[in-house]
Amino acid sequence: MRVALYVTCLVDQVWPEVGLASAALLRHAGCEVLFDDAQTCCGQPACNTGYAAHGRALAQNVIAQFERTGADALVLPSGSCAAQIHHYPGLFTAMPDWQQRATHLAEHTFELGQFLVHQRKIKSVPGNFVGTVGWHDACHGLRDLGICDEPRALLKMVPGLTLRELPFADACCGFGGTFAVKYPEISVAIADRKVDAIAAASVDAVVSGDVSCLMHLRGRLQRLGSKVRALHLAEVLAAGIAT
Amino acid sequence: MENFAANALAALANPIQREALHKATTTFAERRLGVLLRAPNWQDWRTHARAIKDHTLEHLDYYLQQFANNAAARGCVVHWAATGDDANRIVTEITKAANTTAAVKSKSMTTEEIHLNEALAKAGVDAVETDLGEWIIQLAGEVPFHIVVPAIHKTRAQIGQLLHEKIGVAKDASAAELTAAARVVLREKFAAAGIGISGGNFLIAETGSLLILENEGNARLCTSLPRVHVAVVGIEKVIPRNADLDVFLKLLPRSGTGQDLTTYQSLLTGPKTAASHEGPAEIHIVLLDNGRTRMLREPKTRQALACIRCGACLNACPVYQQVGGHAYGSVYPGPIGAVITPQLVSLKRGKQLPFASTLCGACREVCPVKIDIPELLLHLRGEVLVGNQAAKAAAPDRLQALGFSIWAFFMRGKRRYAFATTLARCCDRMFSPLLRHLPPLSGWHKGRELPRLAKRSFRAQWRKQG
Repeated sequence: MRVALYVTCLVDQVWPEVGLASAALLRHAGCEVLFDDAQTCCGQPACNTGYAAHGRALAQNVIAQFERTGADALVLPSGSCAAQIHHYPGLFTAMPDWQQRATHLAEHTFELGQFLVHQRKIKSVPGNFVGTVGWHDACHGLRDLGICDEPRALLKMVPGLTLRELPFADACCGFGGTFAVKYPEISVAIADRKVDAIAAASVDAVVSGDVSCLMHLRGRLQRLGSKVRALHLAEVLAAGIAT
Repeated sequence: MENFAANALAALANPIQREALHKATTTFAERRLGVLLRAPNWQDWRTHARAIKDHTLEHLDYYLQQFANNAAARGCVVHWAATGDDANRIVTEITKAANTTAAVKSKSMTTEEIHLNEALAKAGVDAVETDLGEWIIQLAGEVPFHIVVPAIHKTRAQIGQLLHEKIGVAKDASAAELTAAARVVLREKFAAAGIGISGGNFLIAETGSLLILENEGNARLCTSLPRVHVAVVGIEKVIPRNADLDVFLKLLPRSGTGQDLTTYQSLLTGPKTAASHEGPAEIHIVLLDNGRTRMLREPKTRQALACIRCGACLNACPVYQQVGGHAYGSVYPGPIGAVITPQLVSLKRGKQLPFASTLCGACREVCPVKIDIPELLLHLRGEVLVGNQAAKAAAPDRLQALGFSIWAFFMRGKRRYAFATTLARCCDRMFSPLLRHLPPLSGWHKGRELPRLAKRSFRAQWRKQG
């Protein structure tokens, strides 16, 4: 299976380890990994702030790139960006031609964890991780794509890892895109509820599927001087292997 | 509502309120989840209820007329109020005609929306709230903090102090003593009232009936003891048939307070007749528009009229959980408030509210009538930005629009992206300590460490691996 890896702009620029780990996991699952370096941003920040026209222009780029690669699937290490692509058809209600292409892309777009579990049905992961972790259900993955059991099942496959449920695991971390800078005090107050839950569960790391939420949580944990790490699912599943 | 940002900061700086809010929203959310365990058909009920609402809204003129005809046939007087002022004038006139200045009220967000109490006070009518929470709020001179539980932000100690000051209850009174004292005061008000004022949860078109749900029995007293009863109800509350109540009675109490059913359900069909001595001599029903037909005209946002005011989205919202109801500065707070306020009041005045959300989707998940609140918030965000373009927008709004245009330009094309990210990397390396003190990064830096850009991007590393 030929898979186009869409790393997302944040992974590309801020957290490249997640992209490398994702590629390693896809290869482990028997996929040929393609990376189109014309990829930029999926347009989510624009759409979620109300600038649909900018979002539409970027969506057209993503659609055209996927068609060009001729891949069987587009896989993203991000629930929210994958959800954004699933919402693309709604951006083109006045452009039936593009709407059809957007629908085709949406049908072939998967979040990494769901892809590994449902499309590839993997039974093992290549990494090792010694420690206790808690899963944070990032909102768009959970509520738009229904990601819930898949990452937990994958984490349980990691030798050495203990998975512990966090209190309020499905509550928002407070990031919310531009909300994080528009209303920083509220954003941080919401994060603190999550930080308290992480502390109550006494885990070594909080793991999630979206770099955006993780940047926010990591930034808050660091500011508070916490030793708890914030890690992406792909990093944990491929921990310790050469990428 | 223009001051959401400042109000939110004040709310965050109030630890007592935050504690009370945290306790209340957590309790209600847990109770809701508890009763849902015994409701295996929950999703079907939601779908069914929404279908009834969609159908009714599609034929609202028909069902309203049917309701009005049937209510009139049962002896009710039906009034049509285009605006809040019209409704206030109608109620004031009914009060005058009833020759009384003493009114008792049961809890009603609709009358909060039109500020009926102030209008009645101007006409010399003393309208006393009889729901315990509403009464506390009225004594404190505040507005409801929550659409179902108006005084959840107050601790027992604060309520004790308030009742000590207002009605002379002992300072260290227990919750039971406070309630008993309230009961004594309110019983006197009921006995003296010449008119009872209520809202209404549902209007049933085929019978001309009004349904009121409550837990304290005060609404039943308000609607049966005084000689005259006036109900002020939004036109979106109508449903076609008595049988349709079934699904809404399953959804509303479970969503709102986590109860299988509220303690009282009063189904009121017409005033007393020669054959039946039950109920008031006169019932007036004021059907309120106040912006609702305007909402109905918008195909995208019309679904917000399906709201049954259960308040579940408030309890589930991470923003509401932190800042509470008063921060929104509007009668309807929280996620549903952020959707309906800009439409009922004006987009211009309510323009901060659609942005006061992380779009986490918890509201959509709990909504018993499946209103896609995040989708509506996104739509309204777009509308606000269009409005900003039409009018001369404030400097920060224009700056944001410019920022997004520049950003979108550099995201469209491989070479532009390469240029922008190289530039960003240089800035991050050389000026990071400075940049984090400038917007928008300064917002992030408040409370969180700023992530640095990776030394080498993913694409650079991928290229090298070949």
